[in-house]
Amino acid sequence: MTLAEQLKSGLDAPICLTWELTYACNLACVHCLSSSGRRDPNELSTAEAKAVIDELHRLQVFYVNIGGGEPMIRRDFFDIVEYAIAQGIGVKFSTNGAFIDAERARRLTAMDYLDIQISLDGTDAVTNDAVRGAGSYATARAAMDHLRDAGFVERNGPFKISVVITRHNVNQLDEFKALADSYGAQLRVTRLRPSGRGADSWNDLHPTNAQQRQIFQWLLAHGETVLTGDSFFHLNALGGPGEQLPGLNLCGAGRVVCLIDPVGDVYACPFVIHDEFLAGNVRDAGGFTKVWRESTLFAELRQPQSAGACASCGQFDACQGGCMAAKFFTGLPLDGPDPECVGGDGELALAGVATAAVPRPSADHSHRVTRLDRPVPVLLGRK
Amino acid sequence: MTDIGDRALALHPRVALRPEPFGALAYHYGNRRLVFLKHPDVVRVVQALGEHRSVDAALTACAIAPARRPSFHRALAGLVESDMLVEAA
Repeated sequence: MTLAEQLKSGLDAPICLTWELTYACNLACVHCLSSSGRRDPNELSTAEAKAVIDELHRLQVFYVNIGGGEPMIRRDFFDIVEYAIAQGIGVKFSTNGAFIDAERARRLTAMDYLDIQISLDGTDAVTNDAVRGAGSYATARAAMDHLRDAGFVERNGPFKISVVITRHNVNQLDEFKALADSYGAQLRVTRLRPSGRGADSWNDLHPTNAQQRQIFQWLLAHGETVLTGDSFFHLNALGGPGEQLPGLNLCGAGRVVCLIDPVGDVYACPFVIHDEFLAGNVRDAGGFTKVWRESTLFAELRQPQSAGACASCGQFDACQGGCMAAKFFTGLPLDGPDPECVGGDGELALAGVATAAVPRPSADHSHRVTRLDRPVPVLLGRK
Repeated sequence: MTDIGDRALALHPRVALRPEPFGALAYHYGNRRLVFLKHPDVVRVVQALGEHRSVDAALTACAIAPARRPSFHRALAGLVESDMLVEAA
C-alpha cells in the first residue's frame, strides 16, 4: 500500500485534530464555519476538556488546532492550553486577536509549544471588515503589534497570519505576504468553504475560475514558505507533471483529522458540522478514542471512495474530486466534481441543483439580531 | 562535508516518534514539522542512530543489506535537512 492509501484507510489516532472550545465569539464573520456567536450552555467543562487532553496524550496526538468561536473568551482558556502543553501536546490556536493585549501577549510568549494564528481577511480595513466586521482589522493588527512587542517571534518562531481567500482579497496575496514578513510572521492561506454561515456568503465570496488559476500559480511560486493546511488540493488539476502543491493531496476527513466541537461532538472535519458527518461525542462511553476507532461513519470514510462522475476525468488523481464539505453544502453528490472544479464541471453541476435540495448547517449559534420590520417612530424635536 | 555514512547522528531532542503501520510519524516540537518515516526499517535505524558512532555502524547493527545503503543515506540526509536528525553530542 502506498502512504496515501495507508492514510486514507485511517490511523489508530488522528495526526492532528481541530478542537473548537466555544461557540461564543465577539465577531460575526460572514463565512464562519461554525456559525458562532453565542456560547452553547452544554459546552465541555474545564474538567471534561482536561479529560479529552488526557485521551489525546494517550493516543500520542502531537498537536491540536484550537479554535471556536473565539477560544480566548473561555475563562479557562489558559488553564486548558497550559494543561495540554504540560502533557506534551503542542497547541496551535486561531484567534481574532481581540483578547491579546500587552499582558496576555507576554503570557503567550512565555509558553512552550504554542503557535498562534491571527485571522485577517484583507490587508486594509475596508476589505477585511466587510467580511469580519467593523473594527476587526484594527483589532487584529493591534494583537500582532502586541505579539511583536512581547518578542513572540524571537522566542517561539513565527506566529501565523491566517487568511481565507475570497474574490475580494485574492489580489492582495503579495501584500499579505509582505505584511507577514514585516512581523517576522508566516502567512497561512486557506480555502473558503460553504460551511456554517459560509453557506449564505459563499456565492458572493468564492474566487472565480480565473482567480483560482491565479491562486494556483501564486501558491506554486511560493512553495512551502506559505502554509495552506493542504486546503487547495482541488487546484492540482491545473498542474502538469511535477507541478503539484506541497502537501499530502488527500481529504483527511475522519481518516487523519477530525473536529471536536464545543459540546464534545466529533465530526469528520471542521467544515462539516452537520448530523450526516457526526461520528459521536467525547462524553459517550469509551470517549473520543472509541469514536475515532469504532464509529460507523469513520469506518465508511476509510473505505475506498468512488470517483463517481469524476472517474472518466484524466485529472482525478491530481484533484481527488476535491472537498467533501464543499460538495455537501452546495447540494452536489459526494462522488462528483467539487463546486470549484477547475475543469468547470462543478459550475455545470451547480446549475442543476434546486435551492431547496441544499442541506443547511445543523447548528446555528449566531448572535440573534433584532430585525425591525416596522418603521420606528422617531420624535424630532428642537434642541 | 563528511559522507553521511561516516557521520554520528541522533534524533533531535525535540522530535517525537509515533509508530504507525507504514513506519512512523515524526513530529518536531521546535519547528512544528511533521515528517512521515515511510518504512519500519527506517524507523528502526533512526531509533538506533544515537547508540552508534556512525550512520553506517547503525545500518550494520540493524542488518540493513549493503545494497539498500544508498536509499537509507538519502532518507537520512532528508531528515537532517528538516532538522529531525542532528549531529550526536
